Amino acid sequence: MNDVAIQTVALRKEYAANVAVADLWLNVRRGEVFGFLGPNGAGKTTSIKMLLGLVEPSGGSGTMLGAPLTDRSARARVGFLPEHFRFHDCLTARELLRAHGQLLGIRRPVLGHRIDELLARVHLRDAQHRPLRQFSKGMVQRIGLAQALIGEPELVFLDEPTSGLDPLGRLLVREIIEELRTRGTTVFLNSHLLGEVEATCDRVVFVKQGRTVREMSLRETPSQVEIEVRIDRVDAAVLQGLSAFGHNVRQEHDVIRIQAATDDAIPQIARWLVQQGIGIRGLGSHRKSLEEWFVEVMGADQSPG
Amino acid sequence: MNVNGFLAVAHLTFLEARRRRVVTAALACGLAYLLLFAAGVYFLLIVHRPARPLPLILVRAQLQGFTLVGLYAVNLLSVAIAIMLAVDSLSGEISSGIMQTLASKPIRRADIVLGKWAVYMIMIALYIFIMVAGVIATMRLLTGFSQPHLLAASSLMILQAAVLLSIVVAGGVRLQTVANGTVAFAIYSIAVIGGWVEQIGVAVGNDNARYIGTAISLATPTDVLWRRAVHVLEPTALLGGIVGPFSATTVPSAAMVWWALGFTAGCLLLAIHWFRNRAL
Repeated sequence: MNDVAIQTVALRKEYAANVAVADLWLNVRRGEVFGFLGPNGAGKTTSIKMLLGLVEPSGGSGTMLGAPLTDRSARARVGFLPEHFRFHDCLTARELLRAHGQLLGIRRPVLGHRIDELLARVHLRDAQHRPLRQFSKGMVQRIGLAQALIGEPELVFLDEPTSGLDPLGRLLVREIIEELRTRGTTVFLNSHLLGEVEATCDRVVFVKQGRTVREMSLRETPSQVEIEVRIDRVDAAVLQGLSAFGHNVRQEHDVIRIQAATDDAIPQIARWLVQQGIGIRGLGSHRKSLEEWFVEVMGADQSPG
Repeated sequence: MNVNGFLAVAHLTFLEARRRRVVTAALACGLAYLLLFAAGVYFLLIVHRPARPLPLILVRAQLQGFTLVGLYAVNLLSVAIAIMLAVDSLSGEISSGIMQTLASKPIRRADIVLGKWAVYMIMIALYIFIMVAGVIATMRLLTGFSQPHLLAASSLMILQAAVLLSIVVAGGVRLQTVANGTVAFAIYSIAVIGGWVEQIGVAVGNDNARYIGTAISLATPTDVLWRRAVHVLEPTALLGGIVGPFSATTVPSAAMVWWALGFTAGCLLLAIHWFRNRAL
């Protein structure tokens, strides 16, 4: 079996003169929890819609679970919770799940069993016979999540899955994502809550103005330590010398920052500075948060969306 | 056609219509109308009898006229229901985002359009049959009058509802709910006025008016089907010569029925084509 869940090549979508997605390159592996990050208006939701066949791409190509994006049958193995989750609010929770199961072609006895399981999992068993119009926003989002999982999908798209949830609801979503990962389900997560992404995702891709600008692993690559050096004297020779201990050495006011694989470089840096006769005022490190990465990758030209 | 997808959409549409109590409301209104109709027949034909017995042909014309009034009201109700049932279906689901979870399933978009259309059509057809049966039963019970050619006339009324339903379904892909409803009612109103223009044109011998009316009937084949239904119900033209909804001064041809069938199919194909290319 192909180990690629989603692959896109220069996927593009334009509406008249407006380019929603300019150049999307994705490579999502099967079984990983993949974060899809970018500011508002970066084209994330349009990208997801193209992958799901809701919007026809203007250019480029892609595959999902080994099938071209135009292949409807592959969608039987895909679950989707949209950002603006709305469902037929006159239906009860149970009826909604049954209807979506039928749309996936699930047979009746299996479907009933699966509905029971999911209602229990999203803590809505007691509300299963109530119409959705009586549900709170969080309850609707939880039944939406159950709807996305009704077909036991191999790939799940979760577009802002916790936007309407309280902290307990968010914890539930995080647990469910962990269960999906354990089961080998690929999760494609779009969320502005970067702490959550950091806690759940294996890899992330940053999208800016409809282009994939950076891809990084949150699990495998430890090279996310930033060493901060405060010293008496800074010149080009010192900066050149420090570049031996890491990469992307740069001076910001009185601080020199060095990207390094681990903070093991700190004693080596201290030793080298002493050997050079340079006074050390401060030496430390901190692991960059995803939020800091986000700000760095997006650059100063981005305004809040 | 993907039968599973079509049936799943049809089931969901039926469930939704039942939950929204659209059919219940329509039947309640229909029952209220039938009671009113029965009261009208009772007081105007039974209680208010002329002192001297009328000639048989006049009695028959009177009973026929009342039946046509009753059926015309059913026709209007069915027009309203055809529009109201479907007006928010596609447009509302598209604008609210409900459609995203439906259309991302492994079903053809054509099955979404056809599944919804089929359920609404069955509901409307049943409604028309029930209401026509109610009017006829009322007349039969109160006056003993038995209206012939009901199946043909009911079929024409159902076809008229099918034309309007297909227009609304196609409009729902491209228009917002309110705009869609407005357009559908405007199309029906234009068709009614076009029918009058044609009939008056024939009555006064004005070919231009007749041609305009015919052109409108071709563009919006709805009222023309009611006029053919009137002709089917009243082939002896007892009420002939009167221009209005209860008589057919000009008899629309059978070709118009085929045109309406083709028009319905055309609207559905257009709806499928538009929906297939619609960004959701």
